[in-house]
Amino acid sequence: MKIHLSHPTRDMELQGPKRVADIFKELQLIPEAFLVIRGQDLMTEDEIVADGDSIEVRPVISGG
Amino acid sequence: MRCRKCPKRAVLGMPRHNTAFCGPCLTEFVRTQVQRAIKSQAMFAPEDQILVAVSGGKDSLTLWEILLKLGYRADALYVDLGISGYSERSREKVERFTRDVAESCGAKLTIHTVKEDAGAGIKELANLVKRPTCSTCGTIKRYQFNRVAWENKYDVMATGHNLDDEAARLLGNVLQWQEEYLQKQSPTLPASVAGFSKKVKPLYRMTEREIAAYAIVNRIDYLVEECPMAKGAKMLVYKDALNRLEAESPGTKQRFYWGFLEKQKKAAASSSIAMAHLDQTTLQPCDTCSQPTTAGTCSFCRMMARAKNPTR
Ligand code: SF4
Ligand SMILES: [Zn+2]
Ligand SMILES: [Zn+2]
Repeated sequence: MKIHLSHPTRDMELQGPKRVADIFKELQLIPEAFLVIRGQDLMTEDEIVADGDSIEVRPVISGG
Repeated sequence: MRCRKCPKRAVLGMPRHNTAFCGPCLTEFVRTQVQRAIKSQAMFAPEDQILVAVSGGKDSLTLWEILLKLGYRADALYVDLGISGYSERSREKVERFTRDVAESCGAKLTIHTVKEDAGAGIKELANLVKRPTCSTCGTIKRYQFNRVAWENKYDVMATGHNLDDEAARLLGNVLQWQEEYLQKQSPTLPASVAGFSKKVKPLYRMTEREIAAYAIVNRIDYLVEECPMAKGAKMLVYKDALNRLEAESPGTKQRFYWGFLEKQKKAAASSSIAMAHLDQTTLQPCDTCSQPTTAGTCSFCRMMARAKNPTR
């Protein structure tokens, strides 16, 4: 699967299928600080991202 | 995961409320929470004219959208800071939202361009007056927000501060025991003296994650990118610490900040009188621009004078 991240902007690949919660664990991200978006849709932590999927892991915490 | 209110697929789990919602139910939940904030903190009435400070980020655009959808009369102010790249992109988001959403609700946008007014962008100004960019920026934004609200007779100024912002600020203030700031950390600050408008934070019941989810579900096209000056801000450290606690014990942030508000409310009557009294005794009109200030010349006017004559 393809993963797009921001702050700083970067792209990476992980082996799928994987639950959203496990992706957070693997990338050592706190779920409370991010949302996962596939296409235009939000995904909850129990949903599974297929190997061929592209997702965005978007930070929601701002500094200002 | 299923929505707790209808049979649809959930788009967001909310551990702090032990619930999950689909898109439409999330939208309803968020708007209800904002309405409750407005009522319970006596922020404004349906006939009031509101001025929202918008930056192009998720919180302020979402706030503007919710107020309009709830039927309030809300215009917005955008301050163009002149930070190359970032300012153009954030301004574009705000202008697009105005065209696509706000104008059809009869709302309008005012833009204040720092470069036109001061002859330089925020970074150059900060260099000229030898102060950190963010504190220069804060002075300018506060000043312009208040000026526009006052000159155009808005009843109240609204900002997009959320639960994470307020909890992080409270943590910072408690860690340093900044008691004088603690007093002012309420979601509604009254217009306590002629020249200062009332200030409210209608999103204080929502976390950043819930607001971002609302924005995504409702296709609010906001700027994900952060202001380049924000890097390494202390607030981010506090927010991160609170989110780690939240993960261990959902509801920590709201218990911390709302609990503080409850305690503050117990002393409400006396403290709001005390604050109004304090303002009236210490604030007078600035001798240059006549906005209220504790000094003879307000900090904005002093800064501008230094920018025009940096050798002094
Ligand atoms: S990060 Fe600093 S410079 Fe950027 S908008 Fe916030 S206060 Fe202004
Ligand atoms: Zn639902
Ligand atoms: Zn002044």
